[in-house]
Amino acid sequence: MRAPAATTVVGGEVLLSVQNISLAFGGVKALQDVSFDIRKGEVRAIIGPNGAGKTSMLNVINGFYQPQAGSITFKGVTRSHMRPYEAAHGGIARTFQNVALFRGMTALDNIMAGRTLKMRRGFFWQVLRLGPALQEEMEHRLRVEEIIDFLEIQAIRKVPVGRLPYGLQKRVELGRALAMEPDLLLLDEPMAGMNLEEKEDMSRFILDVNEHYGTTIALIEHDMGVVMDLSDRVVVLDHGAKIADATPDEVKRDQNVIDAYLGVAH
Amino acid sequence: MLYREAGQFKTSYASDAAIFPIAQDRWFVIGLLLFGFFILPLFANQYLYTEVLIPVLILSLAAIGLNILTGYCGQLSLGTGGFMAVGAYAAYNLMLRVPETNLILVLLFGGLMAMLVGVLFGIPSLRIKGFYLAVATLAAQFFIEWAFARVKWFTNYAPSGSVAVGQLEVFGVALDTPMKKYLFVLAMVALLALAAKNLVRSRLGRMWMAMRDMDIAAEIIGIRPLHAKLSAFAVSSFYIGIAGALWAFLRLGSWEPLAFDINRSFQILFMIIIGGLGSILGSFLGAAFIVLVPIFLNQFPGLLGISMSTALISHLEFMIFGAMIVFFLIVEPHGLARLWAIAKEKLRLWPFPY
Amino acid sequence: MLGQFIETLIGGLLTGVLYALVALGFVLIFKASGVFNFAQGAMVLFAALAVARLAEIMPLPFAIAIAIAIMIALAYAIEFLVLRRLVNQEGIILFMATLGITYFLEGFGQTVWGSDIYKINLGIPREPIFLFQGVFPGGILLDREELLAALVCALLVAVLAVFFQVTRIGRALRAVADDHQAAQAVGIPLNYIWLIVWGVSGIVAIAAGMIWGSKLGVQFSISLVALKALPVLILGGLTSIPGAIVGGLIIGAGEKLAEVMLGPILIRWFDLAGGGIENWFAYVLALIFLLFRPQGLFGERIIERV
Repeated sequence: MRAPAATTVVGGEVLLSVQNISLAFGGVKALQDVSFDIRKGEVRAIIGPNGAGKTSMLNVINGFYQPQAGSITFKGVTRSHMRPYEAAHGGIARTFQNVALFRGMTALDNIMAGRTLKMRRGFFWQVLRLGPALQEEMEHRLRVEEIIDFLEIQAIRKVPVGRLPYGLQKRVELGRALAMEPDLLLLDEPMAGMNLEEKEDMSRFILDVNEHYGTTIALIEHDMGVVMDLSDRVVVLDHGAKIADATPDEVKRDQNVIDAYLGVAH
Repeated sequence: MLYREAGQFKTSYASDAAIFPIAQDRWFVIGLLLFGFFILPLFANQYLYTEVLIPVLILSLAAIGLNILTGYCGQLSLGTGGFMAVGAYAAYNLMLRVPETNLILVLLFGGLMAMLVGVLFGIPSLRIKGFYLAVATLAAQFFIEWAFARVKWFTNYAPSGSVAVGQLEVFGVALDTPMKKYLFVLAMVALLALAAKNLVRSRLGRMWMAMRDMDIAAEIIGIRPLHAKLSAFAVSSFYIGIAGALWAFLRLGSWEPLAFDINRSFQILFMIIIGGLGSILGSFLGAAFIVLVPIFLNQFPGLLGISMSTALISHLEFMIFGAMIVFFLIVEPHGLARLWAIAKEKLRLWPFPY
Repeated sequence: MLGQFIETLIGGLLTGVLYALVALGFVLIFKASGVFNFAQGAMVLFAALAVARLAEIMPLPFAIAIAIAIMIALAYAIEFLVLRRLVNQEGIILFMATLGITYFLEGFGQTVWGSDIYKINLGIPREPIFLFQGVFPGGILLDREELLAALVCALLVAVLAVFFQVTRIGRALRAVADDHQAAQAVGIPLNYIWLIVWGVSGIVAIAAGMIWGSKLGVQFSISLVALKALPVLILGGLTSIPGAIVGGLIIGAGEKLAEVMLGPILIRWFDLAGGGIENWFAYVLALIFLLFRPQGLFGERIIERV
């Protein structure tokens, strides 16, 4: 196999690192011995040709898929197996390629749902909806409205998300992930299906989230322009293996990467 | 012009999230309650109480319970009859063995027992979904039905297999007239419905809806499937159990397990489909529809001068219910409640179409 | 004791064959269209009633032929009016719709054909056969009608198995079940296929209905027929023809055995008022299967992809 390109050091402690992750479905090897890390506060892009295993990688970090080998270290704790809600509790939030919103609920409710983890008041207070429960509901409503303002989706907050256009749905989904106040935000092709204007908006939001809230971001993206502009460091996967791990400029010039995208046999 | 929101500005999030944000809605519900408590008893007759109001109210409660499980949380259940039976028989046994217990506590106990059984039979929902879960709930239905028919202890060794409750009284007031029974049922149902409405708008309600819409995504935002599903089963069964106890005590007086068979389960399910899945109002509308159609079918031909045999009427009932189910599922899955909401939308603009 | 066991076992197996026939109809529709049509049970009864009533006014073969035509028309109507319009909905919505259809058919069937119990006379002699009279006192009682049911069932299964695996049409049916659009893309005429599917399932429904009707008399009782098919399908797997048979046999035999053998024990232990185990045995068995092997004995595993 080829040796990965030399990595340039970017400052910051490691928030999450994956070590020797291997994942297979039946005979299909989705990931082969992949290792990389994500530093606190950075924007890490995961790129690669179709079928490279990028979404599978996110799914492993998230807890959806359990790898056959390897482990993940998050905030200093190393585990080989994790369920999605454990990842959520740990501070990892996620969006999906196909927009996994709750279609029967309004945009506001979807984002409020993201606050579930943070809400404490028990059953009986919720039934009465007086005093503490109402107050808590309103506190969280305040935070959610801040997110709604930030993402500029005030006009559609009471619309059932099933009726929203794709671009707005993606924004609501981002809002829901932000509502969790995550330490690590995983974005799976946040720009997919968007026009230029929408992409610019989304890029701005992602950058704002990273700079303003300090959230660490890992994103899968196909648009090279976006990758170059947004990310601090890039991991390149091809056929389930890591072939490059460096800054965007270095990766752009890496021959292995160019070959992979052009489909040169290796 | 009557039903306008213009001019009603919400100055706080609390008022925006209130139970009936539009003032006219608030007045309507308050008016309805006042009507129900004070005005209706002035002119209602016994038939109205025993054949319409009391059944509709009690079955609405059961429908609310099933709606919580199936409409809000997306877990299809065909065991409603069985859970009603648990509520009824548990309440009966408590009243039998500890006669001094307050009626309200007796009914709550019925709900509690139903809740426990409901959670037990809800455990499989963690592994199975959709249609498969429905079959699992059938196991609950048939097993429970059998248990109450065969285990003699439940029926206090009654030779006929049926049990009865005598004169009921609450806080010293005897519930001996239909009107008093109606008022008692109305009070209980109103309170429980209010609690349900609060619940479905709270964090728990959102968790349920998230599980229904996309359980995978729900897990990502930190919802534990165990907690969400079992809480839905618990609350749902609690409501259904109380409804069962109310049905047995205040509607039937004496009953056997047949009153809570698989047809009862279907009946409640049809109520929430027609009334509207995921809507508290829909539970009431659906119950009213299902109770009123047979009554209508019985009276209407006579009014027109046509005579129909009772057998034919009962067949027509089946056909109408079946057709309505299919109709609503195809045309308006959110049932009568959504049609009501659409009517209100139109009314908002009336008389200006644009 | 052993004699009673064997007799109960065989009796149960033969009842199981009837369950299997009903379940077979479900499996066929599901295999070909992906839709779980709960109304299939009601259709069986509808078919049986049709034959029973028509046979009162015309020779049996004519009655059967007309009944088949009615069944196909009915199946087509259901497909066109209901199922086609719910194509994109989730499973439980479809399931509830077919529940609605079942209720409608129950009312409609009784309106059209009447609500008494009707007998179908298949011309089978009434006396049962006694086997093994030398080995067990009194011999083992076998009902001729149930034997006939078993034979018909075996024949149907054999024919269907061959049909699906070997013939071109069978292959086309499997393709359609797998992916409608892909099947269309390779030129398989969907409407024609639907017709065949519904026709075949209609015939199976009639066969089941007639045998059931001959044995028990036909009367609408959906809980007995349609609902019982559900545990059978769970045991056997929704997509498997042999599964429907095996599932039916296990449920049929299991029920009877539980009732006869287990019943008295339970009655003694818990001081019960009578048996009735068979009311819930099938469902509890299905529940257990769902917990440990949800795809049934022969079904396909369902994998969820994110």
